[in-house]
Amino acid sequence: MKSATWLIHMMLPYRRRIILALILSSLTVTSHIGLMATSSYLLARAALHPPVLDLMVTIVGVRFFGISRAVFRYLERYVAHDVTFRVLSQIRVKFYQAIEPLAPARLLNFRSADLLRRIVADVEIQQNLFLRVMSPPIVALLVLSGYGFFLARYDLRFTAILAAGFLMAGLLIPWIVKSLSRGVGLSIVALKTKLNTQVADSLLGMTELVAYGQAQSQLISVRHTNERLTDQQRRNAWQTAFSSALTWMIGNLSMWFILILGIMLVEQGKLSGVNLGMLALGTLSSFEAIVPLAQVPHHLEQNQAAAERLLELIQAQPTVKDHQSMVSIPKDMSLVFKEVSFKYGEREPWALHRLSFKIPQRGKVAIVGASGAGKTSVVNLLLRFWEFDQGSIELGGHSLRDYSQQEARNYVGVVTQRTHIFNATIHENLLLANPEASDEDVKSAAQKAKLHDFIQSLPKGYDSFVGEGGFKLSGGQRQRLAIARVLLKNAPILILDEAMEGLDPITERDVWEEVYKLMEGRTTLVITHQLTGLEKMDEILVLDKGQVVERGKHGELLEQNGFYRRLWNSRVALHAAT
Amino acid sequence: MFDKRLIREGRSVWRFLLLTISLSIGIALLAVAQAWFFSGVVSRVFLEGANLKETWNFLLMILAIIITRAIFQWGSEVSAFEVASYIKLNLRERLLKHIMSLGPLYTRGERSGELISTVIDGIEALEDYFSKYLPQLLLAAGIPFVILCFVFPRDWKSGVILLVTGPLIPIFMMLIGKLAEKKSLQQWKDLSWMSAHFLDILQGLTTLKVFGQAKNQTRVIERVSESFRRSTLSVLRIAFLSALMLEFLATISTALVAVTIGLRLVNGTLSYSSGLFLLLLAPEFYTPLRTLGLNFHAGLSGVNAAARIFEILDAPLHNEENVNQTEFKTDTPALPGNFQITFQDVSLTYQAGGAPVLKGINLSINSGEQIAIVGPSGGGKTSVAQLLLGFINPTSGNIQINGVSLNRISKEKLLNEIAYVPQNTYLFAGSVAENIRLGRPSAGFEDLVRAAQEASAHEFIMKLPEGYETYLGEGGTRLSGGQAQRIALARAFLKNAQLLILDEATSSLDLESEKYVQEALARLLQGRTALIIAHRLDTVFQADRILVMDQGQIVEAGTHMELVREQGLYHSFLKEYRGEIG
Repeated sequence: MKSATWLIHMMLPYRRRIILALILSSLTVTSHIGLMATSSYLLARAALHPPVLDLMVTIVGVRFFGISRAVFRYLERYVAHDVTFRVLSQIRVKFYQAIEPLAPARLLNFRSADLLRRIVADVEIQQNLFLRVMSPPIVALLVLSGYGFFLARYDLRFTAILAAGFLMAGLLIPWIVKSLSRGVGLSIVALKTKLNTQVADSLLGMTELVAYGQAQSQLISVRHTNERLTDQQRRNAWQTAFSSALTWMIGNLSMWFILILGIMLVEQGKLSGVNLGMLALGTLSSFEAIVPLAQVPHHLEQNQAAAERLLELIQAQPTVKDHQSMVSIPKDMSLVFKEVSFKYGEREPWALHRLSFKIPQRGKVAIVGASGAGKTSVVNLLLRFWEFDQGSIELGGHSLRDYSQQEARNYVGVVTQRTHIFNATIHENLLLANPEASDEDVKSAAQKAKLHDFIQSLPKGYDSFVGEGGFKLSGGQRQRLAIARVLLKNAPILILDEAMEGLDPITERDVWEEVYKLMEGRTTLVITHQLTGLEKMDEILVLDKGQVVERGKHGELLEQNGFYRRLWNSRVALHAAT
Repeated sequence: MFDKRLIREGRSVWRFLLLTISLSIGIALLAVAQAWFFSGVVSRVFLEGANLKETWNFLLMILAIIITRAIFQWGSEVSAFEVASYIKLNLRERLLKHIMSLGPLYTRGERSGELISTVIDGIEALEDYFSKYLPQLLLAAGIPFVILCFVFPRDWKSGVILLVTGPLIPIFMMLIGKLAEKKSLQQWKDLSWMSAHFLDILQGLTTLKVFGQAKNQTRVIERVSESFRRSTLSVLRIAFLSALMLEFLATISTALVAVTIGLRLVNGTLSYSSGLFLLLLAPEFYTPLRTLGLNFHAGLSGVNAAARIFEILDAPLHNEENVNQTEFKTDTPALPGNFQITFQDVSLTYQAGGAPVLKGINLSINSGEQIAIVGPSGGGKTSVAQLLLGFINPTSGNIQINGVSLNRISKEKLLNEIAYVPQNTYLFAGSVAENIRLGRPSAGFEDLVRAAQEASAHEFIMKLPEGYETYLGEGGTRLSGGQAQRIALARAFLKNAQLLILDEATSSLDLESEKYVQEALARLLQGRTALIIAHRLDTVFQADRILVMDQGQIVEAGTHMELVREQGLYHSFLKEYRGEIG
């Protein structure tokens, strides 16, 4: 229900357009009623052979309704969809605004494909909320009261029959169908998911399936799921057909009862026979307003599920919060970790346990260790993506928590293997680091990162598109772009987080040259599991399971004949032959 | 819109199709009858002053017709579902089977996502084609004709109005539909573009935050979303316009019919009951045409989906020829105790006209031997394994086992004798146990655990939340690269085949996994014939023979020591690498 309130809140600013859409929608149905009612009235009048002039008003009425219905329908659809898409656009913006502070800590458990599905598909489904969930009952109610009022002028019992028909077709049948189909919808969704998984398994895991001779049995299990899905879909189809046939029948039965009541009234002289056909056919036409009601529960269910998925993230609290009124200016660019402990979740093991180190201004420290040793956690804490549990981190003599998230990040330049290259021009990708940078600045950063010549060789130079629809950057070029970004940002602290991962040895050596230049004059933290380029470090920390097991300079650590030495030796065997 | 091959699919369920159509025609006839009785009742009460008793028979007839029509309506929808569901079930199975027969090479890379959506959503799109569009197409031709048969004898003028305006509806529909098709393609592109844009931002959110640009993206989201709204509306406007035309034609003609009849009634050239009857028939005339218009889109997406489905089904199976040669296949076991596999002058080109991946390869593998293939990536190493597994046939040359051509050996039997550990292990949605059982589905739990132990996987499996019953794959527990590899090795242990084909993973593992994987590999290789596509040097040292491949050719062959002495490509690999870290 929370999700419904939220969605309605999103719609409030557009209430005028919404009301207009509802009125237009009711007028569409009214025109339909009007056409059939005035037509049959015209025939009945004409059957009494009056002068043609007497019929002119009715004839104009018939022609008016003949045209107006199509026009109203067009306007109604246009207005309703326009307002719906305006709301959707707002929902997307709200969703993004809500998840932005959550990244990356709270979004760790969501794949980007899942988030994308929410911001695109789950939002897209919300278009049904107004068009298929909220609008139909309101329109039905408007038509019921409008036409009911018209019928009441002849006899109140006509209105009673109409109301009974509307209630049965509009409330009772959807309710019956909903209780009948309880579970069917869910099991269709579940089976579809299962089918999807099995088909994905069949195609993505085909190598294994074929090699292990399991292709046939996989096909059989897909068939099995497919058959079960068909069975559920059949149940669903039976119910849908049942409800639409029943709705149609109730409309006709209402007409039938109106006809009988009409005949009785004519017999008693309380109703002119001229009106008989008009009342009956008008009633039948008014049931057009009921037809979309049958699908309301179905759409409501879908809508709610999607809305809840959206709200789940919109209402999530960010892990890290900025304190109020914090203005800290670092005294220098030193970094200190004191007994820092951190875990990703209550029940998780320590990712870092009592980690202490100090990097003086312009100092160079490396953290090495196998994957899962906790190296990346250090970066996550420094960038204030996560909040540490115990100990303290100081930047320039102040606690890191005294800086706002954005301020803390402003002091830090990061080169990581995960640097995202946006599907935009090279120029835009570089400008990201410093939107105010001049073309000269961008060019000089690219030159320093040894990327300039390559960019110049592209047909469109700095305006060439990267990624989809453009060209792909090689691993080395990506890293150089990341370096150029850091140069543009010109942050006093530099973090290299597995920056050389995935580069071939020759490229790696070249990139290191640029990195060494980048380190000059900056406080540097290098995070790596490869041991190249560490000779120039002031200190190397060897991390295992969140704790420092060895520390010292490269030469010292090699002499210690411990973990670092073993890592060093195993590189011979580890390195790819290709 | 009337895809011949799709219609052919309908043949197998022609009974249900016929039932759907007959019931619908029945409904139309009942509608005519209902209109006739209704106009009769109203006219008798209105003009002849008949009372309820005198019209009771007619009224009961109307009631009976209403109920029968409802039943028919239900029946026609249900039987339309049967048509669609049978075809969907059948076609989906055929499609998946065909893709599986095309083999792993067909689904390589990024195409798999598109294939999955064709098998799932593409097939689903056929439902509306068969349950709504196709029957409606036939009804739109039949029912108006039936109605006209009743209209013309009574009032030819009304008949002419219907006859002239009726065909306009499908014509308008087609004209506008063509326009909408172009627009909706554009719309589809816009949606993909919007999705791509959002995905880009979502994936780069961390990067954006590091550079303090994340908040600014709100404006971009707003802009993209807004332009999508505009383009959607411009597409919808055309759809609405087509609806307007359909609606307009139907209602204005009904109005015209009403006025025409009205004037004839005034002149006394038509009876009131006939006039009312004709008025009621007008909507019945247009309904099937309008419904067809509404389902035009379902037809369109069905035909588009079908085009892709049949394109896949038409992809020729590469091993079709040896299916025909089944009779020549020998009965002897695929891999006798003592075997020799030979490649004679084998060349391979993936796509006709493309660059060859293998150029005249000659090699032999004797039982008991362990052979490593090394070389730069793209040198054709993996293709050798794919040929041996029968995933693809050589473009020229011959592969033989003990002198018998691979074509003449039952693929199934051969695969029974081979354990293949591919480069990237795929974990299926299912428990750890089910994933390992892939190696031998009939294996008991004890064998399973033994295989896991030998693969150094047992320990980490026991640490998983539910041990061997822990759910893996999409939505399940995610394993690290090294753990997944050990599951793959457990599969191979469980299969216990004579010949092992190993495509080593390139991605670097964490230290601990690395150690375990190496230990397990050493155990697995013991006493088995193996073809190892090596990415690491230490596995290579122990091989009986090392083949160095470059650009589709074997450039060097020999033991480690021999190759080092030769000072060739292998030697420079070793040197370059050692120099790098030394």
